[in-house]
Amino acid sequence: MGNPMKIRAANKDGVTEVKVLVSHEMETGQRKDSAGAIVPAWFITELVAKHGDKTVLNCEFGPSVSKNPYLAFKFKGGAKGEKVIVSWKDNKGDSRTDEAAIG
Amino acid sequence: MNNQRRTVLKSGSGAALLGMLAAAGIITPGIALADWNKAAFDAKSMADTLKALGAGQPADSKDVQVTGPDIAENGAVVPVGVASSLPNVSMVAILIEKNPNALAASFVLPEGTEANVQTRVKMGQTSNIYALVKSGDKFFMATKEIKVTLGGCGG
Amino acid sequence: MVQRMLKTVVGVALACAFGGSAIAQDSKVADELAKYREALADGNPADLLEVKGESLWTEKRGPKNASLEQCDMGLGPGKLEGAYASLPKYFKDTNKVMDVESRLVHCMMTLQGFTKEEATRQWFSRPGKESDIEALVTFIGAKSNGMKINVPATHPEEARMAKMGEYIFYRRSGPQDFSCSICHGQDGKRIRLQDLGNLTTQEGAGTAMKTWPSYRVSQGAVWTMQRRLIDCMRQARWPEPNYLADSIIALETYLQKTATGTVMETPGIKR
Repeated sequence: MGNPMKIRAANKDGVTEVKVLVSHEMETGQRKDSAGAIVPAWFITELVAKHGDKTVLNCEFGPSVSKNPYLAFKFKGGAKGEKVIVSWKDNKGDSRTDEAAIG
Repeated sequence: MNNQRRTVLKSGSGAALLGMLAAAGIITPGIALADWNKAAFDAKSMADTLKALGAGQPADSKDVQVTGPDIAENGAVVPVGVASSLPNVSMVAILIEKNPNALAASFVLPEGTEANVQTRVKMGQTSNIYALVKSGDKFFMATKEIKVTLGGCGG
Repeated sequence: MVQRMLKTVVGVALACAFGGSAIAQDSKVADELAKYREALADGNPADLLEVKGESLWTEKRGPKNASLEQCDMGLGPGKLEGAYASLPKYFKDTNKVMDVESRLVHCMMTLQGFTKEEATRQWFSRPGKESDIEALVTFIGAKSNGMKINVPATHPEEARMAKMGEYIFYRRSGPQDFSCSICHGQDGKRIRLQDLGNLTTQEGAGTAMKTWPSYRVSQGAVWTMQRRLIDCMRQARWPEPNYLADSIIALETYLQKTATGTVMETPGIKR
């Protein structure tokens, strides 16, 4: 399940800016451990952000997105108190969903 | 006997109900996401990546910007973004020429989402970063070099 | 000849630890580095750990099934606002000068019933192995954000530790005959692109101390001050002190005393 994400969403002049921090190792599959063995790739492949029921961003990540991924984007609309919901899943099949109210 | 039969019936109908709900889209296993573009993320060169994304040979555009610093103190975390003033942008992607696989991330932007996305990527070495943008049914591109320095000890 | 060259190269690579005021080689580079650091500041992954630390603080854990909420970090049981900024300090109950980490481990032992071995086994994280101590220290540190560092070291035991820390700071040792002060005792020193802070001044020590604990993007982890200083020793090719060693607490006391009056900006984020 991983640790909770940190989602910030703020509406200004009719545009909602969303900033997301995700807790994830994002292993490339190219790093070796201290014993010289390859550390298997482990990374988020897909992330979806929704405003209520409506998808506002659909992301696909490769392993070169940094550890603890950060994402910032803007969409038209959104009002104080409405929800932004973010879900991700990784290449091991793990997933997580968190939400935040627009401030 | 009777009891057992009833249990089987009960669990049987339970499973059937679950199946029906899933088929009707009322419940979904996990989260419903689009298919990850394996071919594009597995591609090594810029040309192969663009091909896998269906982008062909995008034209350079002044209306596309790669945002980020000229110098990154550490290649493990390099803040980069894509912004564009082109109309009807439905997709943007970030490509790093000298990484083992060029494609770092791609974003599908539904109507109403601005063509302005920022994230952080890993860079193995100093490289050109390409921002790919799909506007209408055409692809456009912009580039910026980001230098990766070898740091000191990092206070 | 080759050996001498090698020694110089190693010497440069060794210089370590605390980035200071902005005297980069030219202003363009300095501007771009500032841009890089600024871009990282909004969205510090340490914030994720701070949230985790808060839940670890309030969660009932350990053989005694107790939370840490009654832990006295120096300002009274459960009082965390400003506690990090005023550590290390002398504690009557242990008759020792303790820093945030040694005090935290003390609470995990006395309140929660963990053994020292259990409490400190994962004192820093490795990929895939998270550290409770890192999360807790990030949470405790953040409770001092915006507050002034306040370690006057007036208690005789604190004064003694500060003095000992100062001694260690200037003491040349190890195969390279290095001391902290060689790299961190003057203004305007630099290693590669990183400025080295002059830790003998309030400004220099303040710049260094106010931003810890800090997320290190090169390590993908939050580093505590204990880890920072122990790793300095390793980089200087000194024998590495044990976690929570008095020598580290002494150095912390000296540096916090020098930095006293500087406003905390934590958790930080660094290369």
